[in-house]
Amino acid sequence: MLELITIHKSYEGQPLLRGISGTVAAGETVCLLGPSGSGKSTLLRIIAGLETYEQGQVCWDGMDLAPVPVHQRGFGLVFQDYALFPHLNVAENVAFGLKMQNLAGTETGLRVANILEMVNLTGFGDRRVTDLSGGEQQRVALARALAPNPRLLMFDEPLSALDRNLREQLINELRRILHQSGIPAIYVTHDQEEAFTLADRVLLLHDGSIVRSGTPEQVWSDPRSVWAAHFLDAGNVVSGIVMSNTRPFRVETPAGMFELDCGDVHSAGEKVNILVSRRGVRQAADGIVSGIVVDVIFRQDSFKVTLENGLDFYLPVAPRMGEKIYLTAPATGIKCLL
Amino acid sequence: MSSWLRPVLPWLGVSIFLSLFFLYPLARILWLGLNTAALKILDHASLLLAFHSFLFTFYQAALSTLLTLVLGLPAAFLFVRYDFQGKSLLRVLTAIPFMLPTVVVAAGFNALLGPRGWVNLGLMDLFHLQSAPVSIIGTLGVILLAHVFYNTTIVIRLVGNALSHLDPCLEQAARTLGAAPPRVLTHVTLPLLRPSILAASILVFIFDFTSFGVILLLGGPGFSTLEVEIYKQAMQIFNLPLAGLLSLIQLLCTLAFSILYSRIVSRNAVTSAPRAAGTNLRKACTFRQKFFLGGMVLLLLGLFLLPLVSLPLRSLTRLEADRGQRGQVSYGITGDYYTELFINRSDSIFYVPPFEAIGNSLGYAAVTVILSLALGFPVASALARPRRLERLLDPILMLPLGASAVTLGLGFIVTFNRPPMALVTSPLLVPLAHTLIALPFVIRSLQPALASIPDRLRQAAASLGASPRRVWFAVDWPIVARATISAAVFAFTVSLGEFGATSLVVRPEYPTMPIAIARFLSQPGGMNYGQAMAMATVLMVVCGIGILLIERLRLPGAGEF
Repeated sequence: MLELITIHKSYEGQPLLRGISGTVAAGETVCLLGPSGSGKSTLLRIIAGLETYEQGQVCWDGMDLAPVPVHQRGFGLVFQDYALFPHLNVAENVAFGLKMQNLAGTETGLRVANILEMVNLTGFGDRRVTDLSGGEQQRVALARALAPNPRLLMFDEPLSALDRNLREQLINELRRILHQSGIPAIYVTHDQEEAFTLADRVLLLHDGSIVRSGTPEQVWSDPRSVWAAHFLDAGNVVSGIVMSNTRPFRVETPAGMFELDCGDVHSAGEKVNILVSRRGVRQAADGIVSGIVVDVIFRQDSFKVTLENGLDFYLPVAPRMGEKIYLTAPATGIKCLL
Repeated sequence: MSSWLRPVLPWLGVSIFLSLFFLYPLARILWLGLNTAALKILDHASLLLAFHSFLFTFYQAALSTLLTLVLGLPAAFLFVRYDFQGKSLLRVLTAIPFMLPTVVVAAGFNALLGPRGWVNLGLMDLFHLQSAPVSIIGTLGVILLAHVFYNTTIVIRLVGNALSHLDPCLEQAARTLGAAPPRVLTHVTLPLLRPSILAASILVFIFDFTSFGVILLLGGPGFSTLEVEIYKQAMQIFNLPLAGLLSLIQLLCTLAFSILYSRIVSRNAVTSAPRAAGTNLRKACTFRQKFFLGGMVLLLLGLFLLPLVSLPLRSLTRLEADRGQRGQVSYGITGDYYTELFINRSDSIFYVPPFEAIGNSLGYAAVTVILSLALGFPVASALARPRRLERLLDPILMLPLGASAVTLGLGFIVTFNRPPMALVTSPLLVPLAHTLIALPFVIRSLQPALASIPDRLRQAAASLGASPRRVWFAVDWPIVARATISAAVFAFTVSLGEFGATSLVVRPEYPTMPIAIARFLSQPGGMNYGQAMAMATVLMVVCGIGILLIERLRLPGAGEF
């Protein structure tokens, strides 16, 4: 099990990571999700041993890894632009880690063939890596990292250079392979769709700190902070004032009165930001939210409706432009934000 | 003007010049060499001599190349991977020798390690010795040292360039796959650098193979490469058939190496994707890194700074008796060696005051600049917009680079020794030879600048109402002027320092500075030695200014080897 204990790292005087802690359990896939510059790639490189840090510990099964050099950690890393060895062919690239373990030739050949089959590259062994397409290179990079049977697999935005369709296809293959192999993995990305598809657990990184962690469903439905809600585009962020001292709290906002049923303690008169989910609302004559429709966009299974006051929702039926509509929002779709 | 004549016109001057002063002499040498070989007019001893000088040339070149790699590879890593104070200065320092005249380098090593140099006189003074304790001048050791001094910059540039474009992720990937640092080096870094190491090695080998001044002036009579043997056979023993045969061997060898070089360069031109440089810089942190850094910096400083500093200092200090002076000798700072250059002594080794050599050199250099610009400019303009004719003729222009300087000189001697072209007695032969050597450099420094002027600029100026004449002055002139000055300085510096060809075609009464320095160095006595130092210092300073000017005027990004 990988354990990070309050990792601090600064670069040229600027703090980059401010006390990162967390674990990756056996067989678990953890996604580090965050915008560029949040320090997520640096954290990955620290775990790999490629980067130094000022404070904290990186532990494996309780043992501090500080004295263990990169090549003895047994952590596989898939690089953003693959970093395939241009002087070696596909099979030699995949066999590199096995060669470093001084594995016998026949055994190596067998293992390389197996891995290539696993990533759907059977028969590609003799090809030059420079002749491959982006997606094929990505598969070789994955195969190369998998081959020495690492204790932990790490991915540094591995799909960011590929187009959308290919990305979707590869992410599903990756999901299957990670499940099959049972190797714990850390996957760094700025794309929430990738993160939510792959992750057992998501760590949301902002400004060098983990601002939210949990299952994809938990993180999405309750991002806990205004920043996270904006970053995930999880719904409408509205500021208002608490009007009651008991649950469910009533929150008055310019857009209407909301009922907030959260685990936190609030008192009357307190200013809060709340997240109003775009889904689950419906049109009702006695609705608490009202506004004039200024935009309607067709979205395959629903219509995205924008109101004059800036809020937007997904509705099953399109209202007319300029019409004043009334909506009810269920309490489960309302969360408070820090 | 008829339509076929117009594209041919710019090539007229160069074609006539190269045919007359390069191709024809070359043909004469080939004829002489082949005749010698076919007619078996040489005795067994001569053939054995030819064979031995070939073997020694190959041996010393291989050894020099190996040593240059031994120093150059870690130096390339030092410059690309480490960040330290004074790095760019140190890098410039390692690049200076490559552009210095051989006689200056020879004089520099002599000032440091020679029997009258700092090290020997210092040790003698310190331990009250009667004779010089370090006798490295006249050994293979100093030849190798000087070659390393000259060519390390090639390895640093070519391999360093490849290394700085190497994706640092490749080495990191190898480490995450379980490769310890030494195995990363042997399995990833070095294989990826192999093409650049090979190219640098061959280039260094070619330079070492055709080395003349260093061997003649530092190696002494004991060592003869093909170049030196050609010179000796032609100028001292007057055995032109053997000189011709040696030249033929020399030409074939350089041709073979040049082909090898261009094949390696072209084969590996496309493989590695370009990467931003400077992504992999680090400061020395661990003890081993600090040790490597400190050791390398000291080594490079010692090798590159000491000879360059010893020379001017030695030219200004009296450390020993002058002409067999007995009794009290005054030590200390002196300007005597410089003033002596202006005196025409009856017992001097010249017919003229030595400083006239400076005048001769400047005169030759001026003629060389004018000739090479007049010949090179039209060709460079034509090459800037290449058509079929240009692509066809372009490689021919570079041919003089392939022939060694001594071979060019020998060609002049065997060609122009009788009417209708009895030029051997004319001092004009020297600038002609210098032009031949400078021309490829002049064309290569003009051409990219002229080609860099985009047509769109000219069209834009014209569409804004500028006449063709004003377009030329507004758009072309600023770039052309810069490139022309740079090319002129290049030709000037090449001419000032040229030693190989000059030593064959020079008239004794019109010596150039390098010839004068070589003569001073070959004569006994502290005053001759001091004058060699003084004149070499003058030459070094002038060439140094030239090098600085070229660096200043160079277009950004243009001009690798």
